[in-house]
Amino acid sequence: MEFAISVLISGISVGGQYALIAIGYTMVYGILRLINFAHGDVFMVAGLLGIYLSASLPLYLALPLVLLLTVALGFLIERAAYKPLRAAPRMSVMISAIGVSYLIQNTATYITGGQPMTYPTIPFLSDTVKIAGTSTKWVTILTPVLVLILVLALTQLIHHTKVGMAMRAVSKDFETAQLMGIRINTVISVTFIIGSALAAVGSMLYFTNFQAITPTAGALPGLRAFVAAVVGGIGSIPGAVVGAFIIGICENIIKSTQFTVFSDAGTFALLILILVLKPTGLFGEKVTDKV
Amino acid sequence: MIQKKSKKGAVTALIACLVLLAAVILLENISLFLPAGSVPNVLKPTSQLFAVLKKGAVYSLAAVSMNLLNGFTGLFSLGQAGFMLLGAYTYAILSVPVADRAAVYYLYGGSAVNFSFQDMFGSLFGAEGLGGAVSLGLGVAISMVLAGCVAAAFAYLIGLPVLRLKSDYLAIATLGFAEIIKAVFQWQALGPVTNGANMIKSFPTFSSFNITRADGTVLLRLSTFFPFLVSTICIAIICLLINSTYGRAFKAIREDETAAEAMGINLAKHKMLSFCTSAFFAGVSGAMFAMFVTNAQAKVYTTTMTYEILLIVVIGGIGSVSGSVMATFLYVACSEWWLRFLDNETFLGGIQVPFLRAGFRMVVFSVVIMIVVLFFRRGLMGSRELPDLLKKRSRKEAAGS
Repeated sequence: MEFAISVLISGISVGGQYALIAIGYTMVYGILRLINFAHGDVFMVAGLLGIYLSASLPLYLALPLVLLLTVALGFLIERAAYKPLRAAPRMSVMISAIGVSYLIQNTATYITGGQPMTYPTIPFLSDTVKIAGTSTKWVTILTPVLVLILVLALTQLIHHTKVGMAMRAVSKDFETAQLMGIRINTVISVTFIIGSALAAVGSMLYFTNFQAITPTAGALPGLRAFVAAVVGGIGSIPGAVVGAFIIGICENIIKSTQFTVFSDAGTFALLILILVLKPTGLFGEKVTDKV
Repeated sequence: MIQKKSKKGAVTALIACLVLLAAVILLENISLFLPAGSVPNVLKPTSQLFAVLKKGAVYSLAAVSMNLLNGFTGLFSLGQAGFMLLGAYTYAILSVPVADRAAVYYLYGGSAVNFSFQDMFGSLFGAEGLGGAVSLGLGVAISMVLAGCVAAAFAYLIGLPVLRLKSDYLAIATLGFAEIIKAVFQWQALGPVTNGANMIKSFPTFSSFNITRADGTVLLRLSTFFPFLVSTICIAIICLLINSTYGRAFKAIREDETAAEAMGINLAKHKMLSFCTSAFFAGVSGAMFAMFVTNAQAKVYTTTMTYEILLIVVIGGIGSVSGSVMATFLYVACSEWWLRFLDNETFLGGIQVPFLRAGFRMVVFSVVIMIVVLFFRRGLMGSRELPDLLKKRSRKEAAGS
């Protein structure tokens, strides 16, 4: 029982961290119809920034700065690599995303020398606490709470502000939104900024638990988060969160059995099942193709 | 490699391929004929040149097979590394000599597959001399064809559910399958067959094809020739397929699925055909990759490998076979050989050149790739082929004179 609870708790915690990344994927996909392959690497860079900045600055300065720099990175990637290709076929943009991911990973290898780096311990978050007989870190308990707060704030932003309304309009119909006088470039930038900020928060929570950061550390969490976004129905924020919790819990359940090797395979099997059985995901809207 | 439009074109292409293969043999063996002291470093068998040529030959087949799917049929698949893994393992499992199996599978107390094609033919033709050469050739050939077939069979099974998906969903689903395959091959329970997470080695590699005298000195080197031969044959087959009615159907599907369907093209059938063919040749190139690195290990066949091949295809031009081939050699030569100096700390006049240290090569390299992706979206060749360029030039000259 205690074992089951500990698996469940860590599943929920990891799921929450995936949710923060998944929101970035799902929002970008909703608006640009692009799988932003570089998003997982932005998440990794946020982790590296955390290491380098906290080495020279006190934490209360370093963490906000990490947030700021990650946002700047996300913004820059969009402006440099995706904006020039706005009129190009979707495949070109996706290839550009893969290229950005390759560039970030190689740059990270160059700067770190390819060695795994250790994330600093953030006081309080890394302290242990006992819950229902199992000891765990504070971050595990705080993650779902923080995720819920952030997601609520985000849904408020999307449903009750002007920029949120513009986002919804652009994701419904790119061209018409443009004709109605919505500055799509601003909207897209805001989307990337929100996504990167959430990824930065996610990286702080994630790497407090899994401390080693290698240049490819972002790739797998990124893919899992993307799968979560698809499972929940891509384009839907509540869907991404629910999907991320499902993925996180499934992954931890598989990891606790003898089939540890299959923890990622299980995630992808779930993805393929969803794609084949219900391609729009749990909360996605049904789209019909027009010729 | 070269599009064949008429009989004359086909003959020219055949001659070009033969000349290329002969040139490879000559290049590789030139060091045997020159006096020992005067061989330039580049031509020595240990030179980077031959490593680049071998890897280039292997990757060009992988790139062309990916181009068949992504460029000619318009199915954006990211499962290439998975199919290469299947090919590599099939080849390795079928060709480790029985005598070495206990040593390779020592963790699992021997292998569950206790035969190899080479040994089988060896008992027919004899294991030494000419008989040995024949049994090696036949054994490797059959294992490689089976490697392709296994990859194609898996592609068929994967394709049944997945090929119904569109563009990016297809990409992510095939990527997922590649990851699943990788996990299955690392599973301990399959250890007696796949050797778990450990590598399978001591199967025949490229250097097994060097003809040696009884005392071990080399008579004729064929280790670079072999991958060139296999790749040339396979790429020629792909070219023939592209220029057949099937190929035209593929292109129609790429341009517009709905219109193609309205013209009476069976979408499911043609997509599946393209997917399986691509997987077959990816499997063959996977088998060759295993021979190149002299081992088969699941953790090598990552998504990064797929991305690498995809970027090669993009650099060469999506929808151009000769572009893919040229881009492969350019890419491999740059990453393995020409840009090596960027990784070494260099001193010019007592001052250390800034930035030069391990890893810088890949940074420069990925920046170049980004520039190609952003500003030269058509790649080297666009969707043209090599003969198209030559034809245009001769027409221009005719007009000028």
